[in-house]
Amino acid sequence: MNHLIILVPAALFLGGLGLLAFLWSVASKQYEDLDGAAERILFDPPDDEAK
Amino acid sequence: MSCCAPGTEASLDLAATAGPGAEEIRLSSRALDGDLMQTDLAVPGMHCGACMQAIESALGKLDGVAEARANLSTKRVSVKWHDGALPPLVDTLNRLGYPPHLIEHQDETRDETLAELIRAVAISGFAAGNIMLLSVSVWSGAEAATRDLFHWISALIALPALAFAGRIFFRSAWNALRHGRTNMDVPIAIGVSLAYGLSLYETINHGEHAYFDASVTLLFFLLIGRTLDHVMRQRARMAVTGLARLAPRGAMVLKDDGGREYIPLPELLPDMRILIAAGERIPVDGVIVEGNSELDCSMATGESAPVSVGTSSKVRAGTLNLTQPLIVRASAAAKDSFLAEMIRLMEAAESGRARYRRIADRAAALYAPVVHATAFLTFLGWIVATGDLHRSVTIAIAVLIITCPCALGLAVPIVQVVAARRLFESGIMVKDGAAMERLAEIDTAAFDKTGTLTLGTLRLVNARELDGDTLAMAAAIAAHSRHPLSRAIVEAAGKTSQDMRFATVREFPGQGVEAIAMDGTTWRLGRADWACKAATATAQALPGTRLSRNGREVACLEFEDRIRPDAGKAIAELKSLGLSVELMSGDGERQVATLADKLSIPVHRAGMLPDEKSARLSELAARGHKVLMVGDGLNDAPALAGAHVSMAPASAADIGRNAADFVFLHESLSAVPLALDVSRRAERLVRQNFALAIGYNVLAVPIAVMGHVTPLVAAIAMSGSSLVVIGNALRLTWRRSASTAQVALAGPRTMEAAS
Repeated sequence: MNHLIILVPAALFLGGLGLLAFLWSVASKQYEDLDGAAERILFDPPDDEAK
Repeated sequence: MSCCAPGTEASLDLAATAGPGAEEIRLSSRALDGDLMQTDLAVPGMHCGACMQAIESALGKLDGVAEARANLSTKRVSVKWHDGALPPLVDTLNRLGYPPHLIEHQDETRDETLAELIRAVAISGFAAGNIMLLSVSVWSGAEAATRDLFHWISALIALPALAFAGRIFFRSAWNALRHGRTNMDVPIAIGVSLAYGLSLYETINHGEHAYFDASVTLLFFLLIGRTLDHVMRQRARMAVTGLARLAPRGAMVLKDDGGREYIPLPELLPDMRILIAAGERIPVDGVIVEGNSELDCSMATGESAPVSVGTSSKVRAGTLNLTQPLIVRASAAAKDSFLAEMIRLMEAAESGRARYRRIADRAAALYAPVVHATAFLTFLGWIVATGDLHRSVTIAIAVLIITCPCALGLAVPIVQVVAARRLFESGIMVKDGAAMERLAEIDTAAFDKTGTLTLGTLRLVNARELDGDTLAMAAAIAAHSRHPLSRAIVEAAGKTSQDMRFATVREFPGQGVEAIAMDGTTWRLGRADWACKAATATAQALPGTRLSRNGREVACLEFEDRIRPDAGKAIAELKSLGLSVELMSGDGERQVATLADKLSIPVHRAGMLPDEKSARLSELAARGHKVLMVGDGLNDAPALAGAHVSMAPASAADIGRNAADFVFLHESLSAVPLALDVSRRAERLVRQNFALAIGYNVLAVPIAVMGHVTPLVAAIAMSGSSLVVIGNALRLTWRRSASTAQVALAGPRTMEAAS
């Protein structure tokens, strides 16, 4: 019984962290252009940032 | 140009060779902080990462541009620029081979409903996962204090999840009840809240059975279905608003002091003098005060041949000025113009369709009373048999929980999402799931002619009979004109040698083009009686376009409107599916009869006015027919709005496109039978899903009524039935590869047959 006092809140906390991360990623428009994001990793950075 | 095939969306490019003007862009831009302006453009030609990069870097390099960001999913570019001179955005994109269009203002705001749905899915998913974890511990034998603790934690997690994620259903159920109706959300809302209430009561009294997991997983599944449904419709809407706007946003007005000013459409007043360049659409009804030109009225009336106009001719809003600039005195404001008349007719026609009830609502209307009556009878039965109030209530609520229409709530939206995705891949946009239900019911298809069965662009028929030099000469002269016939000649000639030079070239509106060669020969390309002198009187008897040299006929050029690819096959397919097909056109009897004959359409009507078209549809509806209307013009808009279900090509007039339930982006008319086929298969799957969901209830309800339902049984039964329904919906994609290949093969074959 005692270990549950720690394990249950820990599980909920970690799950909640995941939930918050997801909500944040939605709010910061990371799902606006899924097709584009897949292509963008192939782009070279612009010259001024590459240095 | 990049790796992508630029010709794939040819039907879209046709409408937008010039693109929006600088004034229009400025009008549609939004002011941001400081001196920044933001312009959003739809770029339908953007297909891959390379396109994106080319667009972003080309626009980013322009003077005054602060940032250019392309979105590949929505095929849009958002450009931020410093106020001052407008950077040449449209020219740059045209040069790259990605013609842009302006987007409507309204859809720029972020989609709040989608954001709410996604948040609801995330929260109910989190809650369902954690509660299920705790429930599994209870089922596997947690006892006494541990079980109570787990139930309490579940109750705490479930409460905010129900309050936040469940309110979407509570709101909709409340709305339905308040209006004296019932929908699928009513039994869902009742089931979910009763399950929570009962479980809380049990938890407080150290009971054995709590249904927190059932109520939250139910919400989670249903919300997934609802979110997918919303995303599907949103995507279709985005794709449709990304198409070229055919109505102008404003017009260049000539002021009394000789100045010019670009005025937005709603502010145009009668008696203003408006300058209309060649290639522009006329924004409001008016009378020509200066200039001669030809108008393409196909959008407004369905006439395929250009109409000559001159001083004091009346012109209608929505017609396209073809050859020469005109000055028009407005006779009505935009809100009283032809377009507004069409919108009024559309609203009148639409009232008929509002009576359609979605299949899910009809099912719910039968289902909810039966379920609630069963629960009530169970309660009565148990109280009579045992007299134990607590036990009777518990079992009655268990019946409600087990019959909570999870599978039924998913049965329709999941199938429609899968079907819409299937159509989306073939370039057909569906505005609404209910449109597919209506399409599956039709028994008659009515087609417009110009722009729907035909492409609305003319083609030179006898190019092969002409010798190469003659055709090259005709093309060299025609290259100086924007007239549709001239363009057809240039297109038929292909790449002509460009060394043909003329001393002077003049275009005579309504007559033709005259070119005087370097050696003094006069070439004329145009109407027979103008190009050829009286000597060749026989030639004048026949209609058509002539090429003449010093007044002597050299060649006769024949044109016809190009039939949309696969039109014949599509019509034949519709007929083989048992539909009666009709042709309704505003064009002349001769053209309509010829086409009807060629495509073997049994019934045709010519010279129809817009209200006659919708009257014909109501006549058919009154006789019990369900009609699919396929049309594109302004004159079709009332019929599109009034038909049982409607389709429009991407090249349709803006209001026609907005009124239509389906919009197809590719040129081929095979989109019509394909949409019908997918809708009918979707309809069958929906019925199967209903059968599965009801079959599940037939098995589960007796167990619940007997009082044998435990939370474990409820969880397995409900999730199981939902998964079965989803799996059944996915069967719609199974035959995908086979039927797509069939469409691809059919394309070129029918093209050959038509030419």
